Amino acid sequence: MSTITGQPAVQPDIQAILDRYTDAGRDALIPLLQEVQETHGYLSREAIARIGEHLHLPASKIYGVATFYNQFRFLPLGRYHIQVCRGTACHVKGSLGVLDAVRQDLGLEPGKTTRDGLFSLEVVACIGACGLAPVICINGEFHANLTPQKVRRILDELREEVENEE
Amino acid sequence: MLTIEVNNRKIEAKSGEMLLDTLKRNGITVPTLCNMENLFPTGACRMCVVEVEGERALVPSCAYPVRDGMKVQTHSPRALRARKTIIELLLANHPDDCLYCVRSGHCDLQGLANELGVRERRYSGGKNEYHVDSSNPSIVRDPAKCILCGKCVRVCEEVQGVAAIDFVGRGSKTMVGTAFSEGLNVSSCINCGQCIMVCPTGALREQSYIKEVLNAIADPEKLVVVQHAPSVSVTLGEEFGLKPGADVDGMLVAALRRLGFDRVFDTSFSADLTIMEEASELAHRIRTGGKLPMMTSCSPGWIKFVEEFYPEMLDNLSTCKSPQQMMGAVIKSFFAEREGIAPDKIFSVSIMPCVAKKFEAGRPEHSRNGIPDIDAVLTTRELARVIRMRGMDLQSLTPEHADTPFGERSTAGKIFGASGGVMEAAIRTAYHLLTGDELPGLKVEAIRGFDGRKEAKLEINGTPIGVAVVSGLQNARQLLEEIRNGRDDIHFIEVMTCPGGCIAGGGQPLNANPDAIRARMQALYTIDRDEPVRTSHGNPSIQRLYAEFLGEPLGETSHHLLHTHYAKRVVMV
Ligand code: SF4
Ligand code: SF4
Ligand code: SF4
Ligand code: FES
Repeated sequence: MSTITGQPAVQPDIQAILDRYTDAGRDALIPLLQEVQETHGYLSREAIARIGEHLHLPASKIYGVATFYNQFRFLPLGRYHIQVCRGTACHVKGSLGVLDAVRQDLGLEPGKTTRDGLFSLEVVACIGACGLAPVICINGEFHANLTPQKVRRILDELREEVENEE
Repeated sequence: MLTIEVNNRKIEAKSGEMLLDTLKRNGITVPTLCNMENLFPTGACRMCVVEVEGERALVPSCAYPVRDGMKVQTHSPRALRARKTIIELLLANHPDDCLYCVRSGHCDLQGLANELGVRERRYSGGKNEYHVDSSNPSIVRDPAKCILCGKCVRVCEEVQGVAAIDFVGRGSKTMVGTAFSEGLNVSSCINCGQCIMVCPTGALREQSYIKEVLNAIADPEKLVVVQHAPSVSVTLGEEFGLKPGADVDGMLVAALRRLGFDRVFDTSFSADLTIMEEASELAHRIRTGGKLPMMTSCSPGWIKFVEEFYPEMLDNLSTCKSPQQMMGAVIKSFFAEREGIAPDKIFSVSIMPCVAKKFEAGRPEHSRNGIPDIDAVLTTRELARVIRMRGMDLQSLTPEHADTPFGERSTAGKIFGASGGVMEAAIRTAYHLLTGDELPGLKVEAIRGFDGRKEAKLEINGTPIGVAVVSGLQNARQLLEEIRNGRDDIHFIEVMTCPGGCIAGGGQPLNANPDAIRARMQALYTIDRDEPVRTSHGNPSIQRLYAEFLGEPLGETSHHLLHTHYAKRVVMV
């Protein structure tokens, strides 16, 4: 299937990844998507078009498969990438309230990024920090024993940080 | 031959076939929601379940091969209960919209709920919030009414070779969507509407322009003209209880006049015009060593397909506009001048078997000085709705003739409605152009009928000419791949986007079975057999138009009005 991406020149690292999957079939799709997401942080249109061309799969199919799994995102990460833990321990200690607070405060659904590119949100199964529950992780840094109020305060502080820079 | 026992009666089965096919052939109806003619069964919906002796669970008959001597109960209480439960579960998160739904009366879900006696809401599920996608000029998608049967996804990929849509997401959030869940208008969708034809519910429908047309008719400032496509007269009758293939041409014209159209023209006339230009173009390309194979350009889904998937073959497309657009162009030029009316005071409507024609009419190539040649396109189904809205009884109308100067046609223009028809019409005229004689018998048997791919080898003036006819774009894709890989014995290709041609277009009456579609095709060839004027060049109105206005095929005026070019189109494929 010929693919016209209409995107600027191929990003070299996609090509590098694709080169490692010569003669690959459909089974290669998930590992390929994972590897591309690891290097780019998300699956861009160009990436999906290029993978489709490589594996002879239509873009709709690849997008369909990718959306079946929670791990894939289709927007670049925000400057602050927020991972909310929804593991059992966090759940018991009220992580749902924390997640709702983030969603409402930022107007953001998991998997998405705010229009200004500042925040992105991800829900993770268990982050492995059950002693700190409920916990969120922002750009790799843990914030422990959260409540909806506390998490809103953290978000305000981040916004202030950005404003002060300007 | 095998013998099986169904509902305590013995019937014959063919070895290797699925139980559902045996049942169908023997007139035993088992409902289905996901099964598709000629495609591999997926067993997704489980509506077709039956009891087979020796099997503990109910089995889906669409995916269950027959075995000699097997005993089947198709309508046992258990089977009926299972089917009813499936429908009840589907209705659990379905909007109660039948009163407002364009599909009401033709909806499989509604029909089955009724047949199975669903009279109360036993389950109610959480409803997702969906937005209706009306971004596309041809098709509207309403995911709330989707039962995820998968038929649209399959027809788009397996029959049309497009794969614009697929299942997106998972669990209760699953829906059918495009890559990146974008509007259908920016996807690779070629607007063919075959997904509408297979959808069992109102989740897919045509973008309707009925209001625009009725407003134009009511506007005293506008001269409203209408054209109707070759296949419409042999399908419209089905909407009014006539048997498939009944030709209602004269009644259709009468109905259009009563609806208030000021002039009624016949697209088969401009199909003749297309043939004059296209046959001349073919002869010219052959004589001058131009780009071959030449590919027909009257099916707008196919044009978009080439623009997206085979841009390097755009030069193989004939430069001829489609009959709809040729008619549109001569209406707002020759006819406007003749009537002494400004083109922008004319509202030009076409009645088409097709939803892609709505997209075609909006293409910038088909406007001149900012005025579109065609203002609105209605499908056969929409016209039937308007006729019913006016309380007209089609069958009781006295047949009338279409108007001059674009109302007279040959039968060559009429058979455009069937796959192979354009090719046959073009060969009749090309033969005449190249030899000065008429094609013996005026018939090319090998390119008639329903096969997705038909080929013939002809000889005109000692020159061998290979022709191929394909319908359904997956078939077109295969042929183009052969050509890409070096096949060079084909000089002329007809491509129809819809399998079987316009008689099975995305705007035609719903729920037609293969026999009905056969009858529609037969009707066109019967007209061709029985009438005297059977070549486009033999149509006196066509000769007159060239004498009075166009000059000659491929001439200056033709070039300006009747031909165009297409360009590579960038979408996610
Ligand atoms: S899709 Fe069928 S069941 Fe649903 S609202 Fe329309 S007619 Fe009724
Ligand atoms: S209109 Fe045709 S191309 Fe578009 S989604 Fe439907 S089947 Fe696919
Ligand atoms: S849109 Fe129609 S054909 Fe497609 S999956 Fe939904 S119900 Fe089936
Ligand atoms: S028709 Fe058999 S499972 Fe859907």
